[in-house]
Amino acid sequence: MKRVKIRVFRYNPADGADARYDEFEVEAERWTTVLDALLYIKAHKDHSIALRYSCRMASCGSCGMVINGIPRLACYTKVYELGSDVITCRPLTNFPIIRDLATDFTAFFAKHKSMRPYIINDAVDRIDGREFLQKPEEVEKYLQFSYCIKCGLCYAACPTVATDKRFPGPQALAQMYRYLIDSRDMATDERLKVVDDRHGVWRCHFAGSCSMVCPKGVDPALGIQLLRAYLLGMSRDSKVVAELYRREK
Amino acid sequence: MVRESSIMKVHYYTGLAAIVLVAIHILFRLTVPEGYSASLEYENVIANYKNISYTLVLELILVTVAVHGFNGLRVILLELRQGDAWESAVKWLCIAGAVAIIAYGTRTIILASMM
Amino acid sequence: MKENREGVKGWLNPTRYGANRFAYWLQRLTGLGLLIYFIAHVIETSNIVYGKSAWEKMLAVTQTNEGHIVLMVVIGMCVFHAANGVRLYIAEHGKGIGRPGRPEYPYKPTSLGLGMKACIWVSVALAALAMMYGAYVLFGEA
Repeated sequence: MKRVKIRVFRYNPADGADARYDEFEVEAERWTTVLDALLYIKAHKDHSIALRYSCRMASCGSCGMVINGIPRLACYTKVYELGSDVITCRPLTNFPIIRDLATDFTAFFAKHKSMRPYIINDAVDRIDGREFLQKPEEVEKYLQFSYCIKCGLCYAACPTVATDKRFPGPQALAQMYRYLIDSRDMATDERLKVVDDRHGVWRCHFAGSCSMVCPKGVDPALGIQLLRAYLLGMSRDSKVVAELYRREK
Repeated sequence: MVRESSIMKVHYYTGLAAIVLVAIHILFRLTVPEGYSASLEYENVIANYKNISYTLVLELILVTVAVHGFNGLRVILLELRQGDAWESAVKWLCIAGAVAIIAYGTRTIILASMM
Repeated sequence: MKENREGVKGWLNPTRYGANRFAYWLQRLTGLGLLIYFIAHVIETSNIVYGKSAWEKMLAVTQTNEGHIVLMVVIGMCVFHAANGVRLYIAEHGKGIGRPGRPEYPYKPTSLGLGMKACIWVSVALAALAMMYGAYVLFGEA
């Protein structure tokens, strides 16, 4: 067990005061996560700290924050693994601050929605109950990107998002590739038009920070490079639209 | 309107071409038997400009590096700030910059080759 | 609500996110440096059209120790920008960055694998070697 100092960013737009850091000392075990420490502070020292969390197991993507300078999930980051006696928690960069560590995801989700994150296919059969057939290798082309939990860590780490308000960000672009390369999706040309924009996929410079911080191994940088390669005509032949198939009763 | 992918393809190809062309340009400074300083002597440089293949290489360097460089600057400025007026100004500023430097360099190449 | 965008600070710190972020930072800096040098070089060499004395006057300013140091830095910038640019060309065409698969803990991203990292450090090493060769040529005659 060791004692660590947790510095928590405090800012409340309603009270008009400047942002500041409050410091708290807590005792951490080997298994104590930063979220555990923050919830201990909230329960025993200062219940007014605002933060968002839910599942405590890196599944919901709610507790993203900048911990010691790097965007991380608080529930997925152990105090011990940070190797420091001082832990600084800031709200995710590139997201407007609602209060303290709670940030506003409105623009982030709007960009995600602008990628039309769903299968577009007129042949979808809702009446007859037929389904698409996909080979395992076709599933593997998009499966990794479908593990995204929309925690926003990649968006906070991206240097382009840091200055370009119109750039969709790594999360949205990786999701665009996830649907574009899905053999059930037929909207390839429409999708490419959306990202082939002045502030689209070309504003990614493969700084790789998104993949570095992703807590689920989605590797958004990989998705974005493959999306750009597809746009450049490198793998156009690899996509064959899936056929509808009637499951035998 | 030109698609961003077309502009960025030009960015790739001018970048790759510039690597080869600049390498040739540097070799012209390094392959003079009397050494690097001698390669910069007035008579030697004028002799370079009288070599039509070399002037062609210089002109190609001028165009490829200007296009690549000013497009790179456009990309950085577009990422720095957004807004229709800013983006339009950046576009025209970069086009004007590339055209001006190509025109100025071409003037040097033409005049020096006639000396 | 406070905007909280990281701004240009986000571009300027190359130390936080590994080799690719460092390469991004250096590619951007060297690109800007090379554009400035390119413009200056086109202007300085235009002295050739004003005759021998103008040309030699220009050489007296540029062919100095300070001028040679600037040229060495330019050589380094040029080689890094070119070598890393080729790496980016290949990666942005979907090559050398691995394939999507089934991520397993501890989730090492394939796009930031050893191949890409090696290319970045080779680019830095090539730039350093070119600078040394440049120093040998520029200062060797003195």
